[in-house]
Order: sequence, then structure tokens, then C-alpha cells
Amino acid sequence: MSAASGLDIAGLSVGYGARRIIDKLDLDGISASSVTALVGPNAAGKTTLLRSLAGLIPARGSIRLDGRELSGLDPASYAREVSYMPQTLPPRVALSVFEATLSALQSSALTQDIDPKRESLDVLRRLGIADLAMRGLDELSGGQRQLAALAQCLVREPRVLLLDEPTSALDIRHQLTVMKLVGEVARERGIIVVVVLHDIALAARWCDRIIVLSQGHIIADGTPAQAITPAMLASVYGVEARVERCSHGFVQVMVDAVKGDPASAG
Amino acid sequence: MTGLSPQAPLGQSVPDLPAGAARTPHLIAADPIDAYARRQRRRLAILAGLLAIMAAGMLVDIATGPSGLSIGAVLRTLLDPAAAEPGIRVIVWEVRLPAALMAVLVGAALALAGAEMQTILNNPLASPFTLGVSSAASFGAALSIVLGLAIPGLPGNWNLPLFAFLFAFGSVLLLQALARLRGTGVETLVLFGIAMVFTFNALVALVQFVASQEALQQLVFWSMGSLARATWAKLGVLAAVLAVLVPLALRDSWQMTALRLGEDRARSFGIALGRLRFASLLRVSVLTGTSVAFVGTIGFIGLVAPHIARLLVGEDHRFYLPASVLTGAGLMSLASVGSKLIVPGTLLPVGIITSLIGIPFFVTLILSRRGNLG
Repeated sequence: MSAASGLDIAGLSVGYGARRIIDKLDLDGISASSVTALVGPNAAGKTTLLRSLAGLIPARGSIRLDGRELSGLDPASYAREVSYMPQTLPPRVALSVFEATLSALQSSALTQDIDPKRESLDVLRRLGIADLAMRGLDELSGGQRQLAALAQCLVREPRVLLLDEPTSALDIRHQLTVMKLVGEVARERGIIVVVVLHDIALAARWCDRIIVLSQGHIIADGTPAQAITPAMLASVYGVEARVERCSHGFVQVMVDAVKGDPASAG
Repeated sequence: MTGLSPQAPLGQSVPDLPAGAARTPHLIAADPIDAYARRQRRRLAILAGLLAIMAAGMLVDIATGPSGLSIGAVLRTLLDPAAAEPGIRVIVWEVRLPAALMAVLVGAALALAGAEMQTILNNPLASPFTLGVSSAASFGAALSIVLGLAIPGLPGNWNLPLFAFLFAFGSVLLLQALARLRGTGVETLVLFGIAMVFTFNALVALVQFVASQEALQQLVFWSMGSLARATWAKLGVLAAVLAVLVPLALRDSWQMTALRLGEDRARSFGIALGRLRFASLLRVSVLTGTSVAFVGTIGFIGLVAPHIARLLVGEDHRFYLPASVLTGAGLMSLASVGSKLIVPGTLLPVGIITSLIGIPFFVTLILSRRGNLG
């Protein structure tokens, strides 16, 4: 992989009014064919960072993809490279899953040289929701709508896929399904995936790299074993926790107590 | 783009996912692409049905009136005016056809304006009537009637429509200006629209308070909405407006469909939301301004027609927008017929009918709805 490959962020600052959420954040070499998790406590700035990477909120600084600056691109060109799945579920509107997927292609004329209907169906099949294709978004469960939203991102075949809590409405099996699929798609198509997750165990199990964010700053960055440590959990989340490996070698977190509050110990 | 590689769907590795297609390919009777094509054909048939209802409504509208005509006589007079009896020809061509066409065009314009507003402002209660555009037009009309404002050189009967149009247009531009302020959400726009309703209604009341008896009567009648003011010149203007704006709205139909999935999602598809909203509100202002200027305040068509269209064909805007247009046109035709039949021998202002009949009909429809993908 060349030095310029992947996603590089330098001096990124984002704020709402006078309030600075992210201040001069640097992040190098988020590489292709991998899944990077953004974890951190509530109000750490995870969603803000993801939305600024998606080009949805104005940010100062540099966002480079394979050495090319993305910041100045027009919305259509930006969206051709970067796809973003918001945390909120798609609203219950009178559109079928198939139409919603199709609109992700047709609304920005991403239809040259492809059969948009076939592409949409392929993605729905890949996600295992082809049998929901003709169902309305207003007839689906929360988890099904989350999968439909993921289909709208995947069908656009972006270089960078940004997912904000893609498993929040899913049961444990669908969490596994989606995270496995995201990893497979990243490797198959050489795309860069950045995913915000609250569940540290899920992040440790399925992500190649974990970035811990707190108050808009990077606290830890590395492989799951490097980033998730009792010291990090104590300083960022304020909990006393053990970090162990299960029989399959995956990092597990056991939270014993809220720091400084013996009464919370189990 | 190359497409996802044809790997095994995840449904195969996790046995009881909702993945019928993945687990049991032989049981999948309907390919979703075929099912989609069938649904599209059904929607086209619904559009054809709406067109037929609108045409029938228009014929009945022309046939209905103080001197009753048969549908056959109407058709013969329309198709071969030269051969028709002069009296009938005058009634059909000079009196009833302009009014019937005006009903259809105004219904179409208000419905398209309402449909676009509901999507752009993401609010099912948005319509020219509920967000102050009609009230602003009434205020413009009130100024013209009561204060006798006139543009030099303009024929006298065009002054009122012009003032109504200018105020309707101005109110949408005001909405638009607010929309462009950074951080203004659609909720703020809707609240602002509601504030405009009350403000302009108060201003109209103020003008009414100082108006002479005669001007007051004229203003009240105007604000009730009437098709009797139709002329061929006004029809030409409204037809031209629709001929330009309907295709422009349809050109944005995929983007509006995507917008129904949420603002963030639409923007992440690369849609320039500011441009889309500006273009749409500009269309809404011209459509509403022209309609209200020519026929006065017509309530609820812009609110009800899009809802009916949504129930019939779903929210793929390639179908939803035309269905709204045809539904609005048909409803106005039927309201026009109603305005002549409810009190025999009297032509009630059509605006009263749209409100009186439209709303119970609408509530019934909402309460009885089942699937709504068309």
C-alpha cells in the first residue's frame, strides 16, 4: 500500500457556534480493506467527527482520500467517494425497500454503465433482505429498517463507508451478521469503513483498528488489544474493568464498578 | 461500478434470518424486479384512471348548470362547435368550458404545490393554505380592492390578480429566505408559515375594518374562491405555468423521493438540498400565486390531493407528483359540479365546497386506509 493510500485527517476542527466539539484532530492512514471503530463515551464527538467526514457539517482542516483533498469537492463528487449511514433509522414513508435502495442510485445519477435495478437487488440479496424488497419502509421493524438503510449506502459502492451505530436496533445475531458483512464488503471491494459503535466488545471482535475518542480528542488508537486497556476504560469511561481474552482470542471487557463508587460493584 | 461479488448471501450462514431468497431460492416465485415492474404498471393504470375521472368530472361540470345539458350535447358542441346550436355553443364555449378548465388547472396547480411543499418541508400538514401563502394572496387582493391600488397601464381586471400574486410570491420568498438561514430546520419553517397565516389574516381583517361596504362585499366574495372569473387569457397564463413547471418538478422527482428518506441521507447521496428546496419553493410560489390570483382562496385541495395520491401510488415522486396533479384537478372538477348542485339555481363559491366536502372525504380515506404503496 502506498503512503498516500487510505484516509488521512489533519488539523480537523468542528464546532457548533462558539462551542468547539473537535479541535485540531489528526488521524493518519485509515486504510482500505479494513474496518475502523470509533468508540468513546456519550458526547465524545463521535457522530460529529463522522458527519464532518461525510461532508455534512462544515469543518476546518484537511480530509484526504488516497492523497486527494476531499474538503473542496462539490456535494455530488463528495458523495461519490463517501457514503454515510446516519444513526437515525429511515423514516416510515410509503416507499418500498427496493425503491429506497434504487433512489440512492437514481437521485444522484449514479446509473451510468450499470443496471440500477439489478444492483439494488444484488445488495438486498447480499444483506439477506431480498424478500423484503417490495415491503414498505413503514411496514418494517427497526432492525429491518437498519438493514434497508445499510443497503442504501452499499449500493452506491463508495470508497469510504461511514456507519453511525449500524447495529443499535439489531438483536445480537443481526449485530453479528451486519458486522461480519461490513468486514467482508470492506475486504472484497477494498473500501475504507469507519464505524461508530457503543459496544466495545463488538468493536473488538469485528474491527481491525479502534480509535477511542473523548471530548473531541483521540485517547487511544491501535488494534483492539492495544486500544482497549483497563487504564483507558478507567480514564475515558470512569469504570473499573478487566480486559481479558476469550477462548477464541477475542478481547472481552468485564466492567466491575463505577470508579470511586464501591456501591456499584457487582 | 462493478457490483457486489456474487458471494453467498449472509442469510445462508445464519439459518433463520429473514432471508427467504437466500435460504430457499426455489421458493421465490416473484423476482423483486418483476414485482417492481408490475407495481409500476399498476401505478400507470391508476394514473390513467385518475385522468379518466378528471375528464369525466370536467364533462359533467360543463353539462351542469342553470340550463342543463346532456353529456352528449356537451361532447358534440366541444368536438364540432360549428354544427352546434348557437345558444348551446355560447354556454359551452364562452361560459362553462373556461370555468371547467380553470377548475382543472387550479386544482392541478394547487395539488402540485401542496405535494412539493409536503416533501420539501417534510410535513404532512404543509400546503399553500396552511402555510400562509393563500392568506398573503388575500392580503394583496384586499389592498387592491379596498385601497384601489393599481399598476398604471395594466387592464383593470388584472390588478387584483397581480397584487394577489405578488403577495403570494413574496410570502414564499420569505419562507425561502428563512430556509437559507443556516441552521433553520423544517420545523422552524412550518412554524413560520403558521405565523404568516395569523399575521396576514389579521392584516386582512384590518383592511376589512376600514373598507367601505361595497369593497368589503367584493373582498369577502373574492376570498371565498370562485371559478366564474375565468377568462381564456387567464387560462392561457395558468396553462403555460403548468406546462413549464410540471416537467421541472418531475425532473427533480428522484431527488425528492430520496429526500423522503431523511435530510442527512439525501445529502449523503450528494443531493444539493439548498438548490432543491429553492427550486421547489420557487415553483410552489408561482403555482400558488397564479392560482389564488385568478380564482381566490381555494382551501384544502393542496392539502388533500397529495394525501390521496400518496395512498394511491406511494411516494415514488415520478408517480406521486402526477397523481397529485390529476387528483387535484379531478377534485376541483367535482367541487365545481357540487357548487352548482347543492343549492339548485345558485352557484356557490367553489372554495366553500372544497372545504365542506373535501375534509370529511379526506378523513374517511385516512381512517379506511390499508396499504399505501400503490
